[in-house]
Amino acid sequence: MNRWIVYLLAIIVIVFLATAPVWAAEFTITLLNYIGIYALVVLGLVLLTGVGGLTSFGQAAFVGIGAYATAWLTTAYGASPWLGLLFALAVTGAVAALLGAVTLRLGGHYLPLGTIAWGLSIYFLFGNIDALGGHNGLTDVPPITIGPISLERTAAIYYLIWIMLALAMLVVANLLESREGRAIRSLRGGAVMVESLGINVFRVRLITFVIAALLAAISGWLYAHMSRVVSPSPFDVHMGIEYLFMAILGGSGQILGAVVGSALLTMLTNALQDILPNFSSNGEQLQAIVFAVLYVLALQFARGGVMPLVLRFLPRRAKQPIAASSEPLPRRQMPTSGTPLLVVDRLIKRFGGLEAVSQVGFQVAAGEIVGLIGPNGAGKSTIFNLITGAMPSDGGTVSFLGQDITRSNQRRIARAGIARTFQHVKLRSSMSLLDNVLLGAYLRTRAGFLGGALRLDRAEEARARREALRQLERVGLGANPYDLAGNLPLGRQRILEVARALAADPALIILDEPAAGLSRPDKQALGELLRALRSEGVTVLLVEHDVEFVMGLVDRIVVMDFGSKLVEGTPATVRADPRVQEAYLGSVA
Amino acid sequence: MALLELNCDTEALGARRMTPDIAVILGIDGIATGSIYVLVGLGLVLIFSVTRVVFVPFGDIVAFSALTLAAMQLNRMPGTVYLIATLAVLACLVDAGHHVRRGQYDRIARGLLGYGVLPLIPAAIAWLTAGVSLPAAVQIPLAIALVVPIGPLLERIALRPLADASVLLLLIVSVALTFGLSGLGLLFFGAEGFRTKPLTSEIYRFGTVIVTSQTLLMVASAAVFSLLLFLFFERTFLGKALRATSINRTGARIIGIRPANTATLAFFLASLLAAISGILISPVTTLYYDSGFLIGLKAFVGAIIGGMMSYPGTAIGALAVGLLESFASFWNSSLKEVIVFGALIPVLLWRSLSLTQVDEEDEEVQG
Repeated sequence: MNRWIVYLLAIIVIVFLATAPVWAAEFTITLLNYIGIYALVVLGLVLLTGVGGLTSFGQAAFVGIGAYATAWLTTAYGASPWLGLLFALAVTGAVAALLGAVTLRLGGHYLPLGTIAWGLSIYFLFGNIDALGGHNGLTDVPPITIGPISLERTAAIYYLIWIMLALAMLVVANLLESREGRAIRSLRGGAVMVESLGINVFRVRLITFVIAALLAAISGWLYAHMSRVVSPSPFDVHMGIEYLFMAILGGSGQILGAVVGSALLTMLTNALQDILPNFSSNGEQLQAIVFAVLYVLALQFARGGVMPLVLRFLPRRAKQPIAASSEPLPRRQMPTSGTPLLVVDRLIKRFGGLEAVSQVGFQVAAGEIVGLIGPNGAGKSTIFNLITGAMPSDGGTVSFLGQDITRSNQRRIARAGIARTFQHVKLRSSMSLLDNVLLGAYLRTRAGFLGGALRLDRAEEARARREALRQLERVGLGANPYDLAGNLPLGRQRILEVARALAADPALIILDEPAAGLSRPDKQALGELLRALRSEGVTVLLVEHDVEFVMGLVDRIVVMDFGSKLVEGTPATVRADPRVQEAYLGSVA
Repeated sequence: MALLELNCDTEALGARRMTPDIAVILGIDGIATGSIYVLVGLGLVLIFSVTRVVFVPFGDIVAFSALTLAAMQLNRMPGTVYLIATLAVLACLVDAGHHVRRGQYDRIARGLLGYGVLPLIPAAIAWLTAGVSLPAAVQIPLAIALVVPIGPLLERIALRPLADASVLLLLIVSVALTFGLSGLGLLFFGAEGFRTKPLTSEIYRFGTVIVTSQTLLMVASAAVFSLLLFLFFERTFLGKALRATSINRTGARIIGIRPANTATLAFFLASLLAAISGILISPVTTLYYDSGFLIGLKAFVGAIIGGMMSYPGTAIGALAVGLLESFASFWNSSLKEVIVFGALIPVLLWRSLSLTQVDEEDEEVQG
């Protein structure tokens, strides 16, 4: 579709929304108010579930906390509703941080189950606290005022709701295009890779969770001052389930999906309330059945929701050009060539009764390329995982630049200057090549959540993008930086991982089978790249099965077999060693 | 939830202060309630470990079983007949659709037999005997047989099409199912609450402590069925197949165990546990069409204490939930739900602190 038609449509929608109170019936405005209020909550879920892969059935409880907080402060103390907003945000944020701190370390199903449980208990709590009016709730909540204007009328608060929603959507959109936003987008699909880049998965999850709760609190604040009454029932766990349904219906991961999902479900509810009483006296129950059926059907046949259908008709977003003029990111001081960089001493790893790595020790000096070779199952990748902190060791020590890193976690090791790739490629296939490489530069940039949301990070972001593009060009993937990583052939995906590791500006780069699946010219190019890195002072440690590739490239080789070190030396000595020949080819005798 | 009346008696006596006698009464009450949660919790863990589905609607099966028996005792036709008929038609449609899409027309008949005819046999008997007052020894097995197909039918309708989806997606679907099931419950059972006739009504006195035979029956049933479940897993081929599937689905498939079959079996067994729980709990608690949600969630709290994978852990956790609920309702009966669910927070904290390594690719979510 033509771009101008889309702009025209957008303008029509905005004019429609802006003038609605003039020509639409009061009932329509009320409906639009609810859509806006729900969309704020769903926006939080889009961020949390659609983008971050975490699920909450308890958002309705956060709406409730926000609504009760402001209702209590404004009725019991006659405070201004604007003070009520701050109070609602503070209370909801604190509760969410506490609940998140408890549940977000746990995998998969614990969080959603926990959210059902607290959704239920907060609902019962509201109904049993006398100061909050018990099951009758709080009445006579004052309307919001802006200076002398009171937003008591439906049409007046309508504007506030939709302006708040538009601002929230803008902030979330900004956030997702920033450094921490990329971290949120990387949460789906395993924590090991994300942690290896120095990103604190728990912290990113927790802050995302709190942001979603704060959006729910704003929604609760608007609800309390719009309906002027707050009672427990709109915040029970059923509503929490409906919010999640709206998010799924709208489209996981799409900001506009929040509005689409809440509009669809609100209008559907409205239509069902008109139609169902004609069939049965239990209209509400039939509605629950219809919802459940639609819910299950949506999950079975349209997990992406409505948005992918809408997006098909919209033009692709313009790709931001990358300014070549911006200053490059600062680089680290490389250690002096020849000094001991990595010292592995008597390292041990057991899996049950199997000793996968037994008493392995070797050294890597700064500026070297060292190859680790050995038959399948020799323990090479395990050693990499031990060095980088992806697995705890059962004995021995690893030190890097004279510092003991044996017990350090992945993030500390990444910060110390080690970057890695994985034997089984770990990329975010639905993110662009550029975004994947930008993840690698996470530790070299500083912008936080707030800076990203308010676009205060643009200068640094431009520098990071330039650096990422430079690394992509370096590995030969610079032609289409906005392609999705998942569309690359497997061999190229490995190379993309190399670019991501390089974006971290490491002192030591650890590559697990980087040449696997590459064509001969690509292998040659990779060899050139690694030699160029060596000349820049970057140290390389790699596992590789292509012996020819390794022999022609490396300064020294460590050969492993059955978890132990067999031989260590220059390519020539290793090649001549009978033990190596035996390990690879079997004994001749 | 359960045995609340017993607590009310202690409150009515004005004995608000905790005495050793009251503590013993509350303890017995808690163990009785807890033993129901044990049965429900074991069913939940059984389904979770084999199919990775966190089956939230499980509690609804408990409530429906109680309501079925209550209707029979009142010589009414239980709403379950219509419920099963509805689910059976849906399951047949889904199953036939699946085979038609794959062109396996020869399998349609088998599907109709398994998902259409088989579950409708007890329903037909209940329909034919509606209004006839049957002896309890017939009513109870019939009520159980009526209710048991709910689990396997729901699995076929909503969960099997998603069998390879993430744990998270399966959980969302199962929450949606709870939504729909409680709607169907109101449609077919009505809003009225019911309580069944006591199964036994002996009273034993141990000094000052009074124990009813109903309590003993609940505890003994929990013990017996836990033992049977243990023997099933340890001693039978089918049990071992289920365990194999729960450890490694792909591996189980490779050695010739069909995950679809083990899932049906797991849902069948768990449904049976739920139906029995419903029969046991119904003489002591008034149950409504939507009471199951809370029963199920409390059993979940027990299962989470046990780590969602361990049967003995779940049994201990479920008993702890029963005891906590019993004592909480003595301290403050209106806040007992808050206390029980609030207890989940320290449990989760403890779990999260004792966690050493996050399972990799654990939360691989597809759309």
